[in-house]
Amino acid sequence: MYSRIYVLRFPRETSDKPIISKLVKQYDVEFNILKATILPHDEGLMVLELTGHKNNIREALDYLKSFGVSIESVSTIIRRDDDKCFQCGACTGICPASALYVQRPEMAVVFDTDKCTGCGLCVPVCPVRAMEVSLDQSVNALKA
Amino acid sequence: MKEHKVTKTIAEINERIRKGEAVVVTAEEMVGIVRENGPEEAARRIDVVTTGTFSPMCSSGAFLNFGQTLPTIKAARVWLNNVPAYAGLAAVDIFLGGAEPAEDDPLNKVFPGEFRYGGGHVIEDLLAGKKVKLKAVAYGTDCYPNTIMEKEITLADLPNALLVNPRNCYQNYNCAINLSDKTIYTYMGTLRPRGKNVNYATSGELSPLLNDPLYRTIGLGSKIFLGGGTGYITWHGTQHNPHAMRLANQTPCRPAGTLMVQGELKQMSARWIKGISMQGYGTTIAVGVGVPIPVLNEEIAGYTGVSDAEIMTQVVDYSYDCSHGVDRNYAEVSYAELKSGQIEVNGRKVATASLSSVVRAREIAEILREWIKSGDFTLTEPVKLICDM
Ligand code: SF4
Ligand code: SF4
Repeated sequence: MYSRIYVLRFPRETSDKPIISKLVKQYDVEFNILKATILPHDEGLMVLELTGHKNNIREALDYLKSFGVSIESVSTIIRRDDDKCFQCGACTGICPASALYVQRPEMAVVFDTDKCTGCGLCVPVCPVRAMEVSLDQSVNALKA
Repeated sequence: MKEHKVTKTIAEINERIRKGEAVVVTAEEMVGIVRENGPEEAARRIDVVTTGTFSPMCSSGAFLNFGQTLPTIKAARVWLNNVPAYAGLAAVDIFLGGAEPAEDDPLNKVFPGEFRYGGGHVIEDLLAGKKVKLKAVAYGTDCYPNTIMEKEITLADLPNALLVNPRNCYQNYNCAINLSDKTIYTYMGTLRPRGKNVNYATSGELSPLLNDPLYRTIGLGSKIFLGGGTGYITWHGTQHNPHAMRLANQTPCRPAGTLMVQGELKQMSARWIKGISMQGYGTTIAVGVGVPIPVLNEEIAGYTGVSDAEIMTQVVDYSYDCSHGVDRNYAEVSYAELKSGQIEVNGRKVATASLSSVVRAREIAEILREWIKSGDFTLTEPVKLICDM
């Protein structure tokens, strides 16, 4: 089973249509709404966790895109502050996706954003709080 | 002690440093040099080996004098950004411990606590040039009538600031595993249940005390890299245990020696001193330390040539054994194995992670090498060696 968190931005003309419910019926993809809000210009914003077969999720996302919905995978907004990170490696033992790993023989700690599933486990584990989830920040910024 | 074929003194090495002739290498570079040439030839060629470590180090802190305000105060209790400091020293002298959490921290009330801010973070903020809020309360005396005082301070404002760490540079340490059924949160980091991962905290062949395992070249007064500036070894540290079990190459395979160090805080930098938040455990501080080891003879050359494959530690259970004094270990592993990312415990492969930064430890050893090569940094003759303390 494949599970990912996405930030969806709905254009004004779709925000009153029930397009999300089709994800279950038509694509066999389960969804969990983590956050939903209507922004000032009637633009909708939703943080959604999708669970299902990887191909089904891809098709479901294509379906959403056909309505002009813009989609950002949450992994892109887990960031590492490279000035704060002191390359200790504490996060590498905890990252389930091997997105944080040690490059040998240098022993440098690399963060591969492509592999990151956005689970957030590394955030409290990092002793200098170098791993940041900017999810809430970006949602709040959009509200403002 | 046996006769040596090569003997050098610190004074002779310093003479070469001043002339720009000293040959200085890092402890990592020394591994290959000794392997290829043998200790005797290496001792002839190499004058100084530089080491480094950058890791969370409890038992670190700073003595600060924050200067008088009028009317004068004999501070009885003091907080810096709400982190309590020890004030029972003198009117405006305090000791701020790196592991002290902020007074309003929820600690482990909601487990595991985050421990976002503590004494280590205050020291890092001071080094970064940030303003820090100081509050002092007092009972008032005839000579110090004030009973409450608040002001903003910066490191530059402080009349005196001295980093004083009663225990740094642990010479080897345990590798931690969790054999219980639930995740545990320790000073060795977060450990997943049923032995899913292990954490260790030594920079191995780069680590200062693993390059002078019998403490024969360093002691009171040895000048070192400390927190990005220079500092000094002032004694062995607390919990120093020179009698720990050792391998034939004299490196201990259990937690052993430690160093007490100090230095002027104002010449250090926030890049090399960092506040640390260990989830579920507490706040602490990471300190960058580098010790130059003078290659006085072939015996010392041999010690500094030690490699990760020749340094061992034990795997200890932190869910029960460690907190209940059970002396049991689940494997003896080398740092080469630990650094490979995987070790074997009870026939199962377990992922390893470090809390100590090898990248930064190497950078410290390289900075120290450049300081010495440029002639800016000479070695000091210890007043008393740690092996004689
Ligand atoms: S968010 Fe999860 S997957 Fe991404 S780096 Fe952190 S621990 Fe790894
Ligand atoms: S735990 Fe934090 S500081 Fe250490 S390597 Fe990972 S991101 Fe960097």
